[in-house]
Amino acid sequence: MITPELIASHQLSQEEYARIVSLLGREPTYTELGIFSVMWSEHCSYKSSRLHLKKLPTRSELVVQGPGENAGIIDIGGGYAIAFKIESHNHPSFIEPFQGAATGVGGILRDIFTMGARPIAVMDSLRFGPLDDPQVGPRNRRIVAGVVAGIAHYGNCFGVPTIGGECIFEPSYNGNPLVNVFALGVFKKNEIFYARASGVGNPVLYVGAKTGRDGIHGASMASAEFSEESSQKRPNVQVGDPFMEKLLLEACLEAMQTGAIVGIQDMGAAGLTCSTCEMGSRGGTGVEIDLKLVPQRETGMTPYEIMLSESQERMLLVVEKGREEEVVQVYKKWGLDAVIIGVVTGDGMLRVEDHGEVVAEIPNRALADEAPLYDRPHTTPRRDAPMEAPAFHSQNLAADLAALVSSPDLCSKRWIWEQYDHMVRTNTIQAPGGDAAIVRVKETGSSVAMALDGNGRYAHLSPREGARLAVAECCRNLSVVGALPVAATNCLNFGNPERPEIMAQLVEAIEGMGEACRHFETPITGGNVSLYNETLGDPVFPTPVLGIVGLMKTGAPVTIDFKQPGHTVVLLGGLGTCDDTRFGGTEYAKVVLKSLWGLPPALDMDYEKRVQEAVREIVNQGLAVSAHDLSDGGLAVALAEASFGPAGVGAELEFSSDLRPEFLLFHEGPSRILISTEWPGEVRRVAAEHGVEALAAGITVSGRIAILNQGETLIDCEVQPLRESWAGALEASLRG
Amino acid sequence: MKFGVVVFPGSNCDHDAWFAVSQILGQPAEFLWHDAASVGDCDAVILPGGFAYGDYLRCGAIAKFSPVMGAVKEFARQGGLVLGICNGFQILVESGLLPGALIRNRGLKFICRPVRLRTETTSSPFTSAAAEGQVLTMPIAHGEGCYFAEQRTLDRLEAEDRVVFRYLDNPNGSMRDIAGILNEGRNVLGMMPHPERASEPLMGSSDGLLVLQSMAAALAMK
Repeated sequence: MITPELIASHQLSQEEYARIVSLLGREPTYTELGIFSVMWSEHCSYKSSRLHLKKLPTRSELVVQGPGENAGIIDIGGGYAIAFKIESHNHPSFIEPFQGAATGVGGILRDIFTMGARPIAVMDSLRFGPLDDPQVGPRNRRIVAGVVAGIAHYGNCFGVPTIGGECIFEPSYNGNPLVNVFALGVFKKNEIFYARASGVGNPVLYVGAKTGRDGIHGASMASAEFSEESSQKRPNVQVGDPFMEKLLLEACLEAMQTGAIVGIQDMGAAGLTCSTCEMGSRGGTGVEIDLKLVPQRETGMTPYEIMLSESQERMLLVVEKGREEEVVQVYKKWGLDAVIIGVVTGDGMLRVEDHGEVVAEIPNRALADEAPLYDRPHTTPRRDAPMEAPAFHSQNLAADLAALVSSPDLCSKRWIWEQYDHMVRTNTIQAPGGDAAIVRVKETGSSVAMALDGNGRYAHLSPREGARLAVAECCRNLSVVGALPVAATNCLNFGNPERPEIMAQLVEAIEGMGEACRHFETPITGGNVSLYNETLGDPVFPTPVLGIVGLMKTGAPVTIDFKQPGHTVVLLGGLGTCDDTRFGGTEYAKVVLKSLWGLPPALDMDYEKRVQEAVREIVNQGLAVSAHDLSDGGLAVALAEASFGPAGVGAELEFSSDLRPEFLLFHEGPSRILISTEWPGEVRRVAAEHGVEALAAGITVSGRIAILNQGETLIDCEVQPLRESWAGALEASLRG
Repeated sequence: MKFGVVVFPGSNCDHDAWFAVSQILGQPAEFLWHDAASVGDCDAVILPGGFAYGDYLRCGAIAKFSPVMGAVKEFARQGGLVLGICNGFQILVESGLLPGALIRNRGLKFICRPVRLRTETTSSPFTSAAAEGQVLTMPIAHGEGCYFAEQRTLDRLEAEDRVVFRYLDNPNGSMRDIAGILNEGRNVLGMMPHPERASEPLMGSSDGLLVLQSMAAALAMK
């Protein structure tokens, strides 16, 4: 008996229930209600965001597969392609940090290898509450340690290098950390597998781990706000087994070589439900399965539980009829279950039987394609920051710099990434700590660079500009290492879309992202939307995270650090501009002034693009000894970071600018790159060809950094003590 | 000469070892499946890094029961060259081919970083190409790499010149800074650092190639 309470507990509205009844022409069974509730959850259906996601560019000459499959695919030449995507695991990571983060890695890895690509890189974009928060600092420290250990546990054992990412601390993530995981894999362009059930009569195989009661309703949990009872949802979090996933990877790639696999999809969110109906829907077919054949690790599981379980490390395959045994043998070799649980039919229905009884019978299209689509009302984006700047005047600029480089956002993240195996597979050319990470592709002789960027403070001040800045910075990070940005994936982390001021954040961020992705020619090939990131009514800062990939030749990378004294330092792009309003989102405002106001830095996308073209040419012509983009913390922080290399070389820079000292040193205007070179004339020539300013700002010197303006010394300090506080800050604050 | 790289379920540096031998060292290499009853016509065997059988128990504790380890033991007894890297070292210790144990790192965390090693002996088929005392840079990537043994065993390893590598900046708490040791017959080397990850300049160091080159030289002399 389906009661209104039961409907509400499945997070379905009365209207949605009425739609179910009309689609079926009858009342759903309990199992069917469960199936609808997960497929129509925000997490699986994108019902609040779909309308707006259509505004994103998704095509280019290199795009082989855009949104709608398990991952986007880009042609990298030489007969090879890469598959990549970013996904969130925010809610599970808050409830159970270790397993939540671990299974986040596991899930995105399956998305990559279910298409036939071997994962070669993982990156993570992390957001936590402050470690020194007087109330919840201890909990935040525990969450950080758990998330990092979980990512390490899964990636290290699986054997994929975790090669970069970002980690930011902000009070808005106190009750709702963000764990966004990006993965990238490589394969032959003509050996791509899709998640389609085709060929009526073909058998449906279940492979991998057995089904248990873990993770039931995970997708629905991820589509609701947190309350004080959220810790009771711990059984909703799945438990990961990276060893099983490694076996599944090898077995799947080997089974694909038999040529007998017609379609394949991993069981991620909404497990067996999602994989069956989506494969049927994409293939224009029906899928009929018998639950008594599903391998189970617990006894007495109901059809409802089996269909909704999110047990990890499982895959659904459609195999050419008559060749089942070839495929089963491969999985047996790897010690995995592979059993036929059903068949592809021609009637377009998802039909679920259990011991001879039909427990669910739903048109696949109703579940996958006819989910509700909402044009949710949106007003002006929520913000609780003033426009006007507070009065401020620095007492000691060198002390401000020291505070910035040892702040949690800007300090070295080595404590995190040394726990990740970032070298396995021997492809890592640029390890964590650079502007972009680089892995080579052994098969093609070329390399892939990748970066993740997002700034919740900027996006809170202006979702549209914040999203555009994230795209620009990500592309700039790639350009600095000489890579041409070619395609993007996005993870949109927002609060409750049923609140018009939150929905407005989402809409504006998507539109801004679309504008920038069009401008920088980086189509979005897939991604993830994570809504309801709120606890007790407090939403996170709107946090659109971009993952962008770039292509480059394989070679020794240009790194961010100065190599030896006597090189000319060029500020490509110039000093930029700033005013009181545009200073409010900076790290200086956050760390030194403990404040947030105004608007994010102004971005001129045309100029930005020219700067990126110029730096790519400079780097690829071998004119740069080092190159580092200016971002969080501005010029002074970039200079400090460039001096933290093994050589211990700093620089002395001199300007003649009317900017006030705080702006000159710490404003975060984009389109700027700090380069050291032996050929300043050549660098300036390339810059001039692109119509880009190139300030010869000074010279590298041993062990010191100094910045002068109009003859006045703003900063003059030793590198070593600064470096030590930068290097040890994170570990110190984790100790509490 | 032919190198065999053992593949346990959960090995994940198997391909890296194969690549370093076949593509960089330039010698033939093939994979040996964990249930193989013999090492076939291989002249040297590499036990690669990874998480054999998931390593949910003590590292290497399950791998030692695999059929191929019986074959590797027999191969070692006959004087065949066996190199265990990282998880391979752990498996050699669990199998009794090398003394001591590898326990959780001092800091209880997984560590991945390049480390400096001092070559303590060149009198081995794994280090003949290096100079005595030569400092080599290779990465480590492990959570359980702290070498532990009783004083007597440590004294004996040193007395018999069986400590091959020591850490210059001990990253994991290993006793007497030990990073790699030989068996009595000097034909089995276990080491926590990864030579295959330091086998070409693009990886930041080619020092690990010395280990593979020494092995190739030893095989060529046979």
